[in-house]
Amino acid sequence: MKSLLKMTWMETKLFLREPVSAFFTLIFPLVMLFIFGSIYGTQSVPGTDSTQGAIGTLIPAFTAMIIGMTGLMPVTITLATYRENGILRRLRTTPVSPLVVLAAQVMVVFVMTGLGVLLLAIAGKVVYHVQFDGNVFSMAGGFTLCSLSFFGIGFILAGVMPNARTAQIVAMVLLYPMLILSGAAWPRELMPAAVQKISAFLPLTYVVNLLRGLWVGESWGTHLLDVGVLVGMLLLGIIISVKTFRWE
Amino acid sequence: MNTIVQVEGLRKTYGAIAAVDDISFEVQEGEIFGMVGPNGAGKTTTIECLEGLRKPDSGTVRVLGVDPQREGQTLCLRVGMQLQQSNLPERMKVWEALDLYTSFYPKAVDWKELLVQLGLEEKRNAPFSKLSGGQKQRLFIALALLPDPQLIFLDELTTGLDPQARHAIWDLVRDVRARGKTVILSTHFMEEAEKLCDRVAILDLGRIVALDTPAALIHSLEAEQRVIFSLDGSLPPALEKALSMAGRLEVQGEQVTIHGKNGRKVPLVSEVVSLLTEQGINFRDLRTEQPTLEDVFLSLTGRKMRE
Repeated sequence: MKSLLKMTWMETKLFLREPVSAFFTLIFPLVMLFIFGSIYGTQSVPGTDSTQGAIGTLIPAFTAMIIGMTGLMPVTITLATYRENGILRRLRTTPVSPLVVLAAQVMVVFVMTGLGVLLLAIAGKVVYHVQFDGNVFSMAGGFTLCSLSFFGIGFILAGVMPNARTAQIVAMVLLYPMLILSGAAWPRELMPAAVQKISAFLPLTYVVNLLRGLWVGESWGTHLLDVGVLVGMLLLGIIISVKTFRWE
Repeated sequence: MNTIVQVEGLRKTYGAIAAVDDISFEVQEGEIFGMVGPNGAGKTTTIECLEGLRKPDSGTVRVLGVDPQREGQTLCLRVGMQLQQSNLPERMKVWEALDLYTSFYPKAVDWKELLVQLGLEEKRNAPFSKLSGGQKQRLFIALALLPDPQLIFLDELTTGLDPQARHAIWDLVRDVRARGKTVILSTHFMEEAEKLCDRVAILDLGRIVALDTPAALIHSLEAEQRVIFSLDGSLPPALEKALSMAGRLEVQGEQVTIHGKNGRKVPLVSEVVSLLTEQGINFRDLRTEQPTLEDVFLSLTGRKMRE
């Protein structure tokens, strides 16, 4: 327990010292919010059935964006780099359990993602007086489920890919189209219908659907498909990442 | 004395290549035991089998009385390891690494003392990536010493270090042993093995070709030692005659070299010096050249060690 806490704290410090991941998790979503906020203001996005302004649609979508980015980039890169550089090798010579190493990573990225989302929500509230119709606990639960299932993808990539460089490239190749097509970077409704069909095959789409729904106060029951897909991903992520974990 | 490590018929192959081919040896408590040989001789594979990081294909390994494969978890509380290829995160600071690794052990020594002992106090807040090669190795020794181990493994500790940093590391290793710990190290520097180790196993192509104290290995070689000096003017015939009784004589201008066999009753150098003084000859720049482990390796394998 002592080592888990120490390691989590250490990894938190390392996360914040890495300018790129700290920027994309904490700052970049705010920048996106202000760009879209200055385009649409409090109007609703054309084509959405939401009664809310654009920002009300964008905050859950950008939450999905943060989840997608943190799940694929820092998790994958950190773990793959740690393996490639022999950092895990050094840990292996100590009594520390691999579960502690993995759990510390999960906690750090989860807290950082949460922090990014919190900053986003505060900015939305203060700057754009955004309307939130959902339940805070329900939203937090949805966020947790979505984050953990997405970290699973990162762990799988880190475990399966031969080296850090490949893992990083594959993560980027998966991430960017997914951000654009799933409706995480801007409303899906702005894209042609044919393109929208592709989104059904992207895991991030289910995150966007669930979080947008919970934001406007829809019940979990209306999102059984999304929840099912995400729970499936989570289980798969846990099983595969534990099976593929290698010290070197 | 207690036997700390016992290896019997250790074998490990990668594909068709036998990295370690039937190796047996023992290490006693309080020794600095060295494994020396060129790259690919099997040093690291042997050490990693002892550390429990690799599974031997056959043979038995006992470290502190236990099998490292089966009881690796208990062993890592009593053994310190410095690995050939390992790292810390670039932005982790020196004190943070020690603090973090301390939390892994139920009982650890005070890392602040280690920081002072290993001369890293000034680098306390330096990130890992900003340390020099020697400082990184000192930090790794500190990490290895955290559990206050009985036995410490140092794999290619001084590779890539400049001679000054290397000598500083040797002093540290001697300090570690002085605190009652057993040290097993590998190196491809013959000089390092000769200066630092109590006993040395010379490895080549996965086998131990010789194992003894450096002095005994050199002695067993019966290699020549050389005494070299310079004269003002030419060599007087009386001296030439007397010197050629002592050994094979070689004269190059003013410089005289006498080659003599090792293991004589009177050391070659005292014989030469007494002849010179008896005959009242002025000489200068007298020095001796001893055979080294390098020569031992050459005569055992027919090849030169290469770095």
